[in-house]
Amino acid sequence: MQYLPNILFFIALLAGVGFFVMNIRKLTRNIKLGKNVNRTDNPSLRFKNMLKIALGQYKMVRRPISGILHVVVYVGFIIINIEVLEIVVDGLLGTHRVFQGFLGDAFYGFLIGTFEILAALVFVSVIVFWTRRNLANIKRFLSREMKGWPKMDGNLILYFEMVLMTLFLVMNATDPAFQQAGVGNPISQFLAPLFDGFSTETIHAVERTAWWIHILGILVFLNYLYYSKHLHILLAFPNTYYANLKPKGQFNNLASVTNEVKLMMDSSADPYAAPAEGEEEPIPEKFGASEVTDLNWVQLMNAYTCTECGRCTSACPANLTGKKLSPRKIMMDTRDRLEEVGRNIDANGGTFKDDGKQLLNDYITPEELWACTSCNACVEECPVSIDPLSIIMDMRRYLVMEQSAAPQELNMMMTNVENNGAPWQYNQQDRLNWTKEV
Amino acid sequence: MNVPTMAEMMAQGKQPEVLFWVGAAGSYDDRAKKISRAFVKILHQANVDFAILGTEESSTGDAAKRAGNEFLFQMQAIMNIEVLNGYEVKKIVTCDPHSFNTLKNEYPELGGVYDVFHHTQFIQNLIAEGRLKIDDNTLQGKRVTFHDPCYLGRANEVYESPRDLIRRLGVNLTEMKRHKRTALCCGAGGAQMFKDAEAGDKEVNILRTEDALETKPEIIATGCPYCNTMMTDGIKFKEKEDSVIVKDIAELIAEANKL
Repeated sequence: MQYLPNILFFIALLAGVGFFVMNIRKLTRNIKLGKNVNRTDNPSLRFKNMLKIALGQYKMVRRPISGILHVVVYVGFIIINIEVLEIVVDGLLGTHRVFQGFLGDAFYGFLIGTFEILAALVFVSVIVFWTRRNLANIKRFLSREMKGWPKMDGNLILYFEMVLMTLFLVMNATDPAFQQAGVGNPISQFLAPLFDGFSTETIHAVERTAWWIHILGILVFLNYLYYSKHLHILLAFPNTYYANLKPKGQFNNLASVTNEVKLMMDSSADPYAAPAEGEEEPIPEKFGASEVTDLNWVQLMNAYTCTECGRCTSACPANLTGKKLSPRKIMMDTRDRLEEVGRNIDANGGTFKDDGKQLLNDYITPEELWACTSCNACVEECPVSIDPLSIIMDMRRYLVMEQSAAPQELNMMMTNVENNGAPWQYNQQDRLNWTKEV
Repeated sequence: MNVPTMAEMMAQGKQPEVLFWVGAAGSYDDRAKKISRAFVKILHQANVDFAILGTEESSTGDAAKRAGNEFLFQMQAIMNIEVLNGYEVKKIVTCDPHSFNTLKNEYPELGGVYDVFHHTQFIQNLIAEGRLKIDDNTLQGKRVTFHDPCYLGRANEVYESPRDLIRRLGVNLTEMKRHKRTALCCGAGGAQMFKDAEAGDKEVNILRTEDALETKPEIIATGCPYCNTMMTDGIKFKEKEDSVIVKDIAELIAEANKL
């Protein structure tokens, strides 16, 4: 029976990691539902961007308050996780503070002391985050897409972190040997007196309980990621790596359109030509996007990466002037629909069964799409290189090229371009008039 | 005003140094035509050998592309590229950041590869080469703020060329709270110029005009004919047209040099 805790720990670890791996598989399967796009060029620049933007948090600190607090939580989170390594080894081997032995008291104390200070800083930052989200009336946290689950999700993550940090400190505070050594307990020494009146057994029980809930909490949190906006802690890395490297003003030229336009302008092409004997008539490619599967995999990864911070929306000229468009909502809708499509595939034995819904209209309305000025403010703002504009453009393309559903004034503009070579109804022969006027 | 066309140049067996892409706004819009003329005066002063396409120029297709009509865009692009390549054009300058962006970034893949400059970059080069000087007396001390066009700024990261020219005017350049990469759009981009805005509580150009007015400017400088229209409308809406004027940088330089 003495190995029971080890076995229980092993099972918990296996279940936690196993379930996580299963969901990551689902995640990659869903992302791969997107169309192909080549983002393998210039690997050295891509790697540099990833180091700078994801690891280095370069864009986060452009907004200093939330940026610096985020860096604290982020650094704390990564570094404190070194301690998780020890917890896992202890749990599996039934040891206690196994690293202390071979790191030496002084260095071990220094490490744990650093973790404790970070844990306290994380705790304080998370409290500030909670206050900003719930009490401070910050506009980007109050948008209509942030009602209900997204708001709860944001708060749950903060509660998780508060609890995990507290447990880490309590677990140290209730370890009498560790407290007696007196190194590495800069924070927990102030918590230790709270347990002074308790018997040794009770203190030990508190320590064990904190230890267990802490590690189980981490495993639960790991698995919470997939169901939450918090996936950015993992996806920020590939997302910044595979981000667009071209100038932001450069929109892609649809290759399917190029083929048709060239055919149209090639006087030697026979428009009525039948496909050669035995050759299938190719199914014409759909222009633009009305469904998540019409988007490319980077756009879908963008959707999973979005952590709903709303910096994009707070910089969007349409949103700032009260229009319905919110770039953050574009990303959230894309993710929610992609999840729905994924669940549909799972429920129907691996193939998607038409559910009478699509991304366009059921999630994103034309009114939102037509409000965009293509100014790139959202793309510039995103701290993890998400590109909401490319989704808006692909959906406009569907509206115009597949449904001829542009606003009337834009149809007039396009007719003018087609007939007069200018968006207004002027005579092409008058193009030189400006040179003759004073 | 002497503005040669490529056709005339070709007839004389000449190849100009640079093609001035006027753009639809610069050709037809009354306000933007003044910018085209101011820029031509600068080109003349610097003895730049240039030409325009004239009636052979057609919409770049920028607005059509941003509206989602990739077909129309690519038809326009391929047509324009045929004309440009026919004249063996190598270097293009334009006062319109939308044309600048489309010609520079979106045409190469379709067979149109040119060295493309926004007029602020081009003028900056003329100064560097010693071909042009800006008189810093005429407008000295005027309070100027600069509105970054999205398709020049964020889209292509050209932030310094226009500011460098403004500083050379000897004016007092005061930045808006939102400027350079955080600049707010004027509201015209993405084909919004040609349609009414969706329901909201304010027009984008009014919000941007308020940004500009916070700096208490005498002049709002722009580098885009569409931004110019939007800001001019904003100033009218705010009934400030007596104290604040919206001008393209080319116009300011032409004015400073008394052209």
